[in-house]
Amino acid sequence: MENEKGYIYAINGPVVIAKGGCSFSMLEMVYVGKQRLVGEVIKVSDDGATVQVYEETSGLKVGEPIYKTNQPMSVLLGPGILKSIFDGIERPLKVLEERSGAFIATGLNVSSLDEEKKWEVTITCREGDELSSGQVYATCPETASILHKCLVPNGVKGRVKKAMPNGSYSIHDTVVELEDETGNKTELTLCQKWPIRNPRPVKERLELCKPLITGQRVIDSLFPVAKGGAVAIPGGFGTGKTMTQHQLAKWSDADIIVYVGCGERGNEMTQVLEEFSELIDPRTGAALTDRTVLIANTSNMPVAAREASIYTGITLAEYYRDMGYNVAIMADSTSRWAEALREISGRLEEMPAEEGFPAYLPSRIAEFYERAGYVDSLCGEKGSVTIIGAVSPAGSDFSEPVTQNTKRFTRCFWALDKSLAYQRHYPAIHWMDSYTEYFDDLIPWYQEHVSPEFPSCRGRIMHILQEEDKLQQIVKLIGADVLPEDQKLIMEISRLIRVGFLQQNAFHAIDTYVPIDKQLRMMQVILHLYDRGMELVRKSIPLSQLKETGIFEDIIKIKYDVRNEEIDKMESYRQRIDTLTDEILKNNE
Amino acid sequence: MDFSYMGLNEINGSLIVLDHVADAAYDEIVKIETTEGKSLLGKVIAIEDQRAVIQVYEGTKGLSLTNTKTKFTGRPMELALSKEILGRIFDGAGKPIDGLGEIYAEKKVNVNGVPINPVSREYPRNYIQTGFSCIDGMSTLIRGQKLPIFSGSGMKHNQFAAQIAAQAKVTDNSEFAIVFAAMGVKNDVADFFKNSFAQSGALSKVVMFLNLANDPIIERIITPRCALAAAEYLAFDCGMHVLVIMTDITSYCEALRELSSSKGEIPGRKGYPGYLYSDLASMYERAGMIKGKAGSVTQVPILTMPNDDISHPIPDLTGYITEGQIVLDRALDNMGIYPPVSVLPSLSRLMKDGIGEGFTRADHPDLSNQLFSAYSKVQEVRSLAQVIGEDELTPTDKKYLEFGEVFEREFINQGQNENRTMEQTLELGWRILSILPVSELDRLDQALLDQYYVKSNEDGE
Repeated sequence: MENEKGYIYAINGPVVIAKGGCSFSMLEMVYVGKQRLVGEVIKVSDDGATVQVYEETSGLKVGEPIYKTNQPMSVLLGPGILKSIFDGIERPLKVLEERSGAFIATGLNVSSLDEEKKWEVTITCREGDELSSGQVYATCPETASILHKCLVPNGVKGRVKKAMPNGSYSIHDTVVELEDETGNKTELTLCQKWPIRNPRPVKERLELCKPLITGQRVIDSLFPVAKGGAVAIPGGFGTGKTMTQHQLAKWSDADIIVYVGCGERGNEMTQVLEEFSELIDPRTGAALTDRTVLIANTSNMPVAAREASIYTGITLAEYYRDMGYNVAIMADSTSRWAEALREISGRLEEMPAEEGFPAYLPSRIAEFYERAGYVDSLCGEKGSVTIIGAVSPAGSDFSEPVTQNTKRFTRCFWALDKSLAYQRHYPAIHWMDSYTEYFDDLIPWYQEHVSPEFPSCRGRIMHILQEEDKLQQIVKLIGADVLPEDQKLIMEISRLIRVGFLQQNAFHAIDTYVPIDKQLRMMQVILHLYDRGMELVRKSIPLSQLKETGIFEDIIKIKYDVRNEEIDKMESYRQRIDTLTDEILKNNE
Repeated sequence: MDFSYMGLNEINGSLIVLDHVADAAYDEIVKIETTEGKSLLGKVIAIEDQRAVIQVYEGTKGLSLTNTKTKFTGRPMELALSKEILGRIFDGAGKPIDGLGEIYAEKKVNVNGVPINPVSREYPRNYIQTGFSCIDGMSTLIRGQKLPIFSGSGMKHNQFAAQIAAQAKVTDNSEFAIVFAAMGVKNDVADFFKNSFAQSGALSKVVMFLNLANDPIIERIITPRCALAAAEYLAFDCGMHVLVIMTDITSYCEALRELSSSKGEIPGRKGYPGYLYSDLASMYERAGMIKGKAGSVTQVPILTMPNDDISHPIPDLTGYITEGQIVLDRALDNMGIYPPVSVLPSLSRLMKDGIGEGFTRADHPDLSNQLFSAYSKVQEVRSLAQVIGEDELTPTDKKYLEFGEVFEREFINQGQNENRTMEQTLELGWRILSILPVSELDRLDQALLDQYYVKSNEDGE
């Protein structure tokens, strides 16, 4: 297959200008130079095209060939994606390591998925069945917990002419043959390609109604996100963005996790790799890696591939969504992706808009976040893609363009706060600056699955925190001693909420993941203490008497002392509060 | 292919342009000779058809359109390396300047390096003892980490860095080396480092790359890359643990900005090029460890924050790439506290996995956590005291003030020759923490308190 080709006319960093005869098409994938570096056409002109190259361009020469592929930049979809670690353009890093050692060489063309491996395939269609795009024709167990479903590629339909028997096949073996009305035959293998910049089609988008349960108290109880929603986590360096993302990747109740390390630290990716292979998925009992795909394009890897990594990630996520899975994609960090856009835009000498970012930044961000959703897929299954995007605002200034535009297109915002991080209050999600628009949609779910009381508990906790925020202003000026007793109670209770409830220790065996029922019980115990405390205040009994009993410290330690499976123990705290306050009431009579 | 191009077509700042060049490769090194016999190095930074744009490292002073011969080497910038480099001094572009002659090369490597495959990395876990309580106790440095020092002009970051280099110790007895890269530093600063390495007897373990303040600015862009290439060689080929000290990153970034503007690129924040993040990352990310190799590259870059502003693009972008930061504070410096490390914004991201049982001591994580939260409470109490006066504070708050004072004077502050062991640091931490009543220590569990809390302070009341 001799492809058409052009030649290199100019080189400027990762941007190469191609000329010569053949016509390039927009967003087409090309191979650049003798080394066949992967590139993508980003501008087409009269006599040639501008190509962004996904690998280091050192050593390229003018006049070297550029090979056309006549295909848009695509990823290979099929069994074997899970448990893998890819770079930004879906090259498996483990295979690259085998080929070039610890340092990544250029011009390695390797298959994204293992072509040799045999999968135990069950064919789910029979000869004579009518199949259309997106329907399942074969399944195979991809990992212990995930069944991979092979979906008819987009634009293909017809009657099953031939179906192979169940058995072991590798990804390029034909398992089903389709014939449409005109007699065109299509051979279906276990894999297919999909252009990364196009959203995969769905039958219908559905209303969001289920929360993504993460086991993190401040998220599940105060600022939940719906399955199929989009969240932004902005925070300056050192505020724990990555830590929060790791916690979500470990504990959230999604079926599949796609973790995109976009322009981040190499050591962090290594940590994810190590930790995830040791951890057990609490729901399935299988290794956590069984449900995880990692995409690692660290900050020193080529910048153009960083730009692509986000799209590669979301395409993989959509593929599993179409099989009917709930997928969560963590993008850490979208700011690096935006910076890659800016860098390439600069090399193209485009007119910059705000802070040097290209004018199309908002529309690109919107396109990305709109690929989240809870859908009815073409094969009739319900699946979702939830996007959790970290944002690294320059100078911790939330008014910069990436944060601002991300805010416009996400409905949930977990603001990480530097001062909380300095106090080592983790997760440093600030309760006053964060918000979620999903809670109202999720109220029915919480009422049905947790408790009818849940929304009112949450409301009261939020209210106390707001009151405290106001009081803090006064305390800063005149000290806490002069506050009236009822306001002192609010200060004490909200300290309890902050330290005992919102702060969560990711390294503590019990505290790292807390089921939603225990979260509710914790809120109830705190609120009960507030109510009984208020009773004392109304009777003009000094709060110090209640404080001296040490009940506040005991409740703060609930998170460590009460194991997740012994929620019933919470009742004893309630009783102790009652006994203690009754005693104090009696003594003061 | 041994021929040269006579003359130039354009000179613009540190850039020269040659027309009708055949067969130039992107990023290759060119040698430029003037008729006066001066020899310069440059790098191809853009090619369009037969026109090549070359950046000259030593600057273009004295070049004219007619007096040069330019030769394309067909190779990227390379550094000759062997174990002999230990104890040697090079200029910013990797040429020996100590008069001991050229290096007999065992290996030639591309100074730009190649990204480490994330799969091949080994997660860093072993700590390096620096002898400073504020680092060892609160923001422990880990082998394979990149931990910058954010300083300001006039603060004692040089003494601090030199003392770290002199005291740094890995707990097992593996080979240790220091690579020092100076970018745009003053002559006397370079001398200071040289002398302090000599004093501590480390000179034979040090490789120095010096680009001084009066050296060509563009050469600065290559200096850290030469240093890191040498460090990678020592670490991954010779199996040594290498500590790389780079100062001053701010000068490096300014050189990059100058180059960018002479190329006519669109500037980003404060005039720095849009790719500053990627560029810095290509240096910092060369720290680390590799599976199956004995050595490690640990980086301590030093940068002076312009106007002490931590949100300036250079510290800001650095903080996003590195695994934490050590921030120096002018107020502490003015109080005479050395090293003037501001504990709260300082952070070591890798610390959590490299301390505690099996590494330092089991109580270390909780102790440092408690010290952090107590010291952050001190700041609150201090601002309250400013408003209502110290006398009006509650007894607990007064204890906090006392704790803050002692913490700064005794824990952070230490002598210029004082080398504390990890044990000493932890004991000191407990002693100071015991100023506070037990009820305030909400991050420590009872077992630890029983073992380490010093009761006498309380009894004294």
